[in-house]
Order: sequence, then structure tokens, then C-alpha cells
Amino acid sequence: MSAILESADIDRALKRISHEIIERNHGVSSVVLLGIPTRGAYLAARIASILKDLGSEVPLGTLDITMHRDDLRLRPPRPLLSTVLPAGGIEGKDVVLVDDVLFSGRTIRAALDALGELGRPKTVQLAVLVDRGHRELPIRADFVGKNLPTSSHESVKVSLSEVDDIDCVEITGAR
Amino acid sequence: MNNHLLSINDLSREEILNVLGTAAELEKITSGPTKKLPTLRGRTVVNLFFEDSTRTRISFETAAKRLSADVINFSAKGSSVSKGESLKDTAQTLQAMGADAVVIRHGSSGAAQRLADSGWISASVINAGDGTHEHPTQALLDAFTMSKSFPERNGDFTGLKVAIVGDILHSRVARSNVLLLAKLGAEVTLIAPPTLLPVGIDTWPVRTSYDFDESLESFDVVMMLRIQLERMNNFYFPSEREYSRRYGLNENRLLRMKNGSIVMHPGPMNRGLEISAASADSSRSVIVDQVGNGVSTRMAVLYLLLGGVPLSEVSS
Repeated sequence: MSAILESADIDRALKRISHEIIERNHGVSSVVLLGIPTRGAYLAARIASILKDLGSEVPLGTLDITMHRDDLRLRPPRPLLSTVLPAGGIEGKDVVLVDDVLFSGRTIRAALDALGELGRPKTVQLAVLVDRGHRELPIRADFVGKNLPTSSHESVKVSLSEVDDIDCVEITGAR
Repeated sequence: MNNHLLSINDLSREEILNVLGTAAELEKITSGPTKKLPTLRGRTVVNLFFEDSTRTRISFETAAKRLSADVINFSAKGSSVSKGESLKDTAQTLQAMGADAVVIRHGSSGAAQRLADSGWISASVINAGDGTHEHPTQALLDAFTMSKSFPERNGDFTGLKVAIVGDILHSRVARSNVLLLAKLGAEVTLIAPPTLLPVGIDTWPVRTSYDFDESLESFDVVMMLRIQLERMNNFYFPSEREYSRRYGLNENRLLRMKNGSIVMHPGPMNRGLEISAASADSSRSVIVDQVGNGVSTRMAVLYLLLGGVPLSEVSS
């Protein structure tokens, strides 16, 4: 097991993503950050705090996608995680979804469905810390912390200090 | 959670808290502009009602539809049951139609258990009231209502003082509530005339009292039960007027209740008998909230029973 990204790398990646979000949207006046629990929510909060340091406050929320998953019948029932919409809602906003790892794209498909239930954003963009490839759906990220070529039997583990005591991204071998 | 929900005894404390937490999340999600979720698309839920019901049947139907399940409503009146068809034959018909869950209300205690254990059907069985035995989803929605009414407790029921007043003898709601509240650490007092307390009440994890006025000021929750006139084949109290005077929630008693306390009733109410109209419509009353909370709670139960891979397929 080896760390691909360490704490400082993660910080740098999130800072760059924050600047790219401002650049892409010509400011952040209509940007809303929605993190996908658990780790996407913490990453979204970190991006929000970086943007705040840059003088741009953005509404922050979380979006649980459990009820929209297409693999529900393949596993025991999952506990629901928190969905919190920011006060201004998402209607007509530029929503940036934030997740830790982009893999098959199925989570993001479910997130797009969940988002559709909540309103009609002007645009939906996707920010991920790691893109590890092996897409099963036509989905791509707008902002990527690190492109990580992997083989499909490896797994990518993102640890964040908010839940795991340490910041790092690791690749572990065949399960 | 097991394959079935027959009794509160089937649930551990953690599972109960999981149902309440899931209900809270589902309530948040479905309070938006779109109330419908795709989660149970393609599943069939049968409401099998051998007894009359307004709230419970509509509540289960709404919950199942909000999760995109197909709903078949079956009531004994107007079905072949009135021609003498047995529970077994009815169940096998539902099995042949591919029901994934059967919500059953029946006048006989143990009917839900019988349906689940018989091997007649492979569907999940949810007890929506069996005779004078249990009504677990009502107890879950009552607990959900209590946890929402006391947000400062953060879902902690320890030491919450709950009075359940009235026809305990015939009440499946009381039985399920007592079991559930004991698991969560609430202090329950049952208040009824001696004739309306069941035999063996001393083995229940509750206090009992014959006097409603004794410690009325101490309760956080006062849950009034319906006098079940349809099950009363005997003389349990001298007159309705006397019962109402001694055990009914009237304006005087309402005024004596503690600050911040709430009035609950599982419905349907006999206004003027166990609860006065003014009490039922007062600001302490959460009776209408109970109905709304019932939908979220039953969505949580349906999701936790049907949302994942069927247990039968896990074992194979």
C-alpha cells in the first residue's frame, strides 16, 4: 500500500479546483456546492472554506443519493445519509457536485437523478479529488484533483482527517 | 432488520433508532417539490385489510407510492373473503400475483405471525394491527412524533414521562408503545379503570394508576386511547359519561398539563368521550402531525424491509 496523495497534495489540488471553479463560472455569484456524503461532503466544505479565504462565499449543502442508486437490490439496505440544501436552493444555480473518487460514474448518475427531484439548476458541474477511470456511463468530471490510472481490481482509498484522522489517498491491491 | 415486521420485540434498540433516523431523512427529502422517489420501482405492496381502517391503510398506500412501489389494496369487504375464503387461500393468491410485501390488518391476534411463519408466501409481512396484540408501525410513528416534539433531546428518550390513558385492555397500540418506549428508556405510566387493564399487567415494564389526576402535571406526553366500543362485549364501566369524567382529557386537565408537554391520540377519536374537542384541537395536540409522521415512518419501514437485496437471495 502506498500513498499517492498526501495532506499537502490534497490541499494543493483543492486550492486549484477552487480557482478553476471561479474561473469557469466567471466568479461564484450563482455557484452552489453540493457534497456527496460522506467524504464528498467534507471535500465540499473544504472547497467552500478555501473560496471564503479567496473572498468568495458560496452556499454549501450535501446530497444523499442512496434512494436513487441502481445497485440497491444487490446489497442489504443502506442507511440514509444527510441531504441538506442551502437556504437559496438550487433553482437556476450553477451546482458543483463534489465527490471523492470518480469510478464507474453510477454514483454521479444517481446524484443527477436526485438533483432533478430537488429543482432545476442552470448547470451541473462535477469536481472530484481522484478520477480513477473505468467509466461505465458517459460521465466526466469538470474539475479533477488527480487523474489516477488504475487497474479495475485495485481499489482507491481516500482518507480525510475529518473522519479518518489522516489525509491521504492510497491504492490497495486486489481485494 | 428481519424479513418481517410483526412485533416491536423483533426490533433491537439500534434498529428502532435506525427506523426513526431513516424516517427523519425521508421526511426531509420528500418535503421538497417532488415527493416521489424511485427506490421501490417494480416492487408490489399489498394492503391486506380484514378490518376497517382509514389512517393506516392510506398511510401505507401513500408511503409505498412515494417510493414508486405498485400498490394493491385488498379489503375483506367486497372480496372473496366474504364468500368464506380462508386466509391461506387469500395468501396463496397474493403469492401467485408476486407480492413483495404484505401489509396485514386482521381482527385476530397472531394473524400476521401466522402469515409470516406459514410458508404460504415469500413476501415480507408487515403487521398493521392484529386483534388486541400489536401495531408496531403505530408505535414507531408515535416515537418519531415524540422525538420531533422534543428536539432538544436529540432522539434521547431516557426519562421521558409518558402516560397512556384509557382502554389498555383492547389496545394493540398500547402494547406496541409500551414495548418500544421501554427499549428506548422512557418511563411509561398506564392509566385506566381496573377493568380496562389486562391480566398480568404487573409483568409489563410500566407503572399503573387508576387515577388520571394523581400526577398529571408530571407527564411530557399524554397519549389518549380510543374506547374500542366494537370490542366491548361486556360492561367495563358504568356509563360513558362517568368514564369521560374520570378518564377523559377535558379542558381542565389540559390546562394542568406541564409546559411543553404534548397530547397524542392514535385515532380515530371519539370526541367527547376519551378526549374533548377542545383538547384534540389545542396547541398541545400533535394528533394531525402523527398522521403525517406515519407516512415517513412507513416509508422508512418499507425501505428497510424491501430496499436492499431480499434476504431469501442472500442466503441462497
